[in-house]
Amino acid sequence: MREFDYARADSPRQAVSTHGSNEQAAYLAGGTTLLDLVKIDIMRPEQVVDINRLDLNEIETLDDGRTRIGALVTNTALARHERIQSDYTVLSEALLSGATTQLRNKATTAGNVMQRVRCPYFRDGVSSCNKREPGSGCAAIEGHNRSVHAVLGTSEHCIATHPSDMCVAMAAIGATVTVEGPEGQREIDFLDFHLLPGDAPEREHNLKPGELITHVTLDAPLNNGRSGYLKLRDRASYQFALASSAVIVTLDGDTIVDARVALGGVGTKPWRAHEAEKALKGQQVSESSFQRAAEIAMQGATPYAHNAFKIPLGQQAIVRNLTTLTA
Amino acid sequence: MSDSIIGAGPKRIDGQRKVTGEAPYAADHHPDNMAYGYGVFSTIASGTITGLDLEAARQSPGVIDIFHHNHFPELHRTPSSMAQGNKVEETRLPFEDNRVHYEGQFVALVVADTFDNARAAARKVGVSYQRDDAIANLDQGVKAHGTKPGSGNHERGDAEGNFDGAAHSIDVTYTTPVETHNPMEMHASVASWEGDRLSIFESSQGVVQQRGALSKIFGIPPSHIRVESPFIGSGFGSKLWMWPHAVAASVAARETGRPVQLVVPRPQMFTTTGHRPETRQRMRLATDDNGRLVSLRHESINTTSFTDQYVETCGSVTQSLYSCPNLTVSHETTRVNRGTPTSMRAPGAAPGLFALESAIDEMALAAGVDPLEFRLNNYADRDESQDLDFSSNHIREATEKAAEKFGWHDRNPEVGSMRDGHEIVGYGMAACNWEAIKRECEARVSLRADGTAYVTCATQDIGTGTYTIIAQTVSDITGLGLEKITVRLGDTSYPNGPISGGSWTTATTLPAVAAATREAIKELKGYATSEKGDFADVDNDSDSLVFENGQLTHDGQGVNYVDVLKGQKLASADGHAHTQGADDRYSYRSFGAHFVEVRWDPGISNLRVSRVVSAIDVGRVINSLTARNQVEGAIVMGLGMAHFEATDYDARNGRPVNNNYAEYVVPVHADQPPEVDVILLDYPDLEFNEFGARGIGEIGITGMAAAVANAVYHATGKRIRDLPIFKEKLMENIPAVQSA
Repeated sequence: MREFDYARADSPRQAVSTHGSNEQAAYLAGGTTLLDLVKIDIMRPEQVVDINRLDLNEIETLDDGRTRIGALVTNTALARHERIQSDYTVLSEALLSGATTQLRNKATTAGNVMQRVRCPYFRDGVSSCNKREPGSGCAAIEGHNRSVHAVLGTSEHCIATHPSDMCVAMAAIGATVTVEGPEGQREIDFLDFHLLPGDAPEREHNLKPGELITHVTLDAPLNNGRSGYLKLRDRASYQFALASSAVIVTLDGDTIVDARVALGGVGTKPWRAHEAEKALKGQQVSESSFQRAAEIAMQGATPYAHNAFKIPLGQQAIVRNLTTLTA
Repeated sequence: MSDSIIGAGPKRIDGQRKVTGEAPYAADHHPDNMAYGYGVFSTIASGTITGLDLEAARQSPGVIDIFHHNHFPELHRTPSSMAQGNKVEETRLPFEDNRVHYEGQFVALVVADTFDNARAAARKVGVSYQRDDAIANLDQGVKAHGTKPGSGNHERGDAEGNFDGAAHSIDVTYTTPVETHNPMEMHASVASWEGDRLSIFESSQGVVQQRGALSKIFGIPPSHIRVESPFIGSGFGSKLWMWPHAVAASVAARETGRPVQLVVPRPQMFTTTGHRPETRQRMRLATDDNGRLVSLRHESINTTSFTDQYVETCGSVTQSLYSCPNLTVSHETTRVNRGTPTSMRAPGAAPGLFALESAIDEMALAAGVDPLEFRLNNYADRDESQDLDFSSNHIREATEKAAEKFGWHDRNPEVGSMRDGHEIVGYGMAACNWEAIKRECEARVSLRADGTAYVTCATQDIGTGTYTIIAQTVSDITGLGLEKITVRLGDTSYPNGPISGGSWTTATTLPAVAAATREAIKELKGYATSEKGDFADVDNDSDSLVFENGQLTHDGQGVNYVDVLKGQKLASADGHAHTQGADDRYSYRSFGAHFVEVRWDPGISNLRVSRVVSAIDVGRVINSLTARNQVEGAIVMGLGMAHFEATDYDARNGRPVNNNYAEYVVPVHADQPPEVDVILLDYPDLEFNEFGARGIGEIGITGMAAAVANAVYHATGKRIRDLPIFKEKLMENIPAVQSA
């Protein structure tokens, strides 16, 4: 087998110092991305730092109303947590729409944030792929690009979607990522955490070498907010989103006071639709206002040969979600 | 025997071994000193290997040997004859030369001491190619080099002459994509040699054919080869015929002098172990004023490989399902750079009935007739293609019964007229049909002195319940309880049995097992009536000497058969039988009809199948539990065919793109329709065999995709002629894409 060093960390500090600034090192949490990609020879870490022993399994409500989630909280534990279900319904629903029970039992909060793309040209180890081999080109743009390719945030170098459902909900809720690194602790706004592919799709996030996610802290929930996650795909379970929406709204009678909208399955990163939110605020609850917001959300989308349907599908994900939440 | 165990629903006798993990599958076998093979697979679809860099791989830990086209013993090809018992689908041997005919073809095989070492070394093998332009799909194949005539063609009357002037006609073309079998258990071989004798554990639906093929390939007698496949994690046709990995494993074991295990990785399950080929089918139908078919043409083209011609006989059912005096069925193939296709559950009929039963729906609407009534008006009452009566045909009853239970007559025929909340409800139906086949078969049954029976036959149980129905057969004749009957299958050291395919295992094996059981009883009677026996005075052919419930009785005097054997210190009374295939007095076929309710939610572009009622006429049902399971499973597989499944190939280079379980979409539990109602008519077909059973594995998938497509049309007004029915084919307002 391909050999690598394995170390088990007992504290974040120790994990970070073991990892160091080695670009060929990787943190191991649930393993549902890392181990899969190692097995198919796409990721080849020389040093694996197992962080599963770290004490990062808590979900806590902070004094300011925010909710702090430890990096190792599993997707199952997070989805089933009472406060998450009641105050962050959209997050619980997003988590439960993803993967399978078995995977959710293993997958962690930080690992979900860090998951890699499903683009088959990235995973085949052969085709041109700027993520895997910077500068080699993007086989997906002119290739088969129906299911796991984006229409928003794409560049001429990469069009892979970010596959997470959880992150779409977090993008809508608003969150902060706490990281521990060689230079100490810092916080990154969740919306700045994932990067657009631009001309450097191999850079997927804002972590510096060796930095470890220790927590994700959700913004306090909107007062009287209603929220939900709607995921559209071919089959009813165990498929990445073709289009999905995470929506949070607060109403005053039939007037939309506040709205948060984020999209999955259509963007190269968890996609917050700020302009659509602005278009909703102050509007009456109506199909036409939802439709207008949905069109704004998908403005500027670039269709590719097989995924143009994601533009109307993304709009539908928004309109139906809003319709259900405001009914 | 009104309370016969034939037709009852006992649970699978092998079920406990399977769910406890005790049942051994091919790769569970680990002979002493076993080494592991791992393939290096081509990363181009067409071209020539110009160089192999093996240095790094050779120096990789644990590597024993690396095989490739310059390091592989000279073997022979098998003539690939099913009748001779040596059929394979891909006749080219692995490593035969430096040509690459498809992506995912074996170009080298690394053998190492562990699986991980073999895989790591395989990834260090460097291969250079001279790349040729790949033919990536059916359209490219037809454009590049046209088509070649196939087999299974049929012509009667004058279809062309009766088309133009007909009252109503349609001329439409349907396409179906490549589908990949994707059984859970990946193909695997564990091969070992002792001198010039080869023993191989294989995940196989046909151990006897594999033995024959290996015999031809290695030039050794079949008696020197043992192929075992006691359990398989399904196959759906992909494991009917041996694929190159088994030859590679056998060679590696012989050359290294160690047993070798070789498992085909999931991505190569899409390339080097067969698939259902892509088809394009032109349907031209015409009726008279009364909606009676006067002309029917079904012209099919399917893709095949550059190495072999595989014909998907899409028109096989079309010849005989409907009455039509003027009919043409033709099959052609075109070569593409993919591996050789093979049978996948209901080969020919599954894609063929998608086209035929969609076209019948279109024809009925064009003629202004309800699709149900149209079928009842046009179903054939005899097989017009062979000029034979059907042995037993209850398709009208099946159609009417299912229609009644489904509520077809409450359907508002107007498109899009039936609504329920956000959803538009559509009703669709289709006939289903499959040939009934019976082959020759041998079996051996021992009635043993310990009070048990022991049955052997070199057929397989591919998860369908063959072990159980064979035990039921022996139980039915001997009166022994199922727990006293041991059935052993999937081993070429047993009497020759059939491949597990074509829905013919039941009709083929049961008569042989029954005959062997009777032979064993006859032998037992011989012992009992011998000088030393309990019935020394009785003629052993006497009708008054009866075997019932484990007892031999004569004139009210009963002796347990165990005592007969023990009294003479005998281990067993044995019977061997060799039964023959079907005769040609009748056309033997199975029939049925599917009724499907779909729900299309245009607001979120979601299509789901919410209800299925299917009535199936397959003759006598042997095991009501496993039979229902077969049909329900086939219905679900048919749903997958209808709106999920397609192996996507990159049109630029022929690369299979979605070669994994996440992106090759098959139905999951959440896609099961809330209501699936299977009606088994259960009319014994005693012209076919003594049990009246015709086989049930494939018929359930035939027609399903058309029933869904017809329901989709009823809901949406969109006629989808290209599978699968992805949501974007039903959506509006999809922006146009400017090609770059």
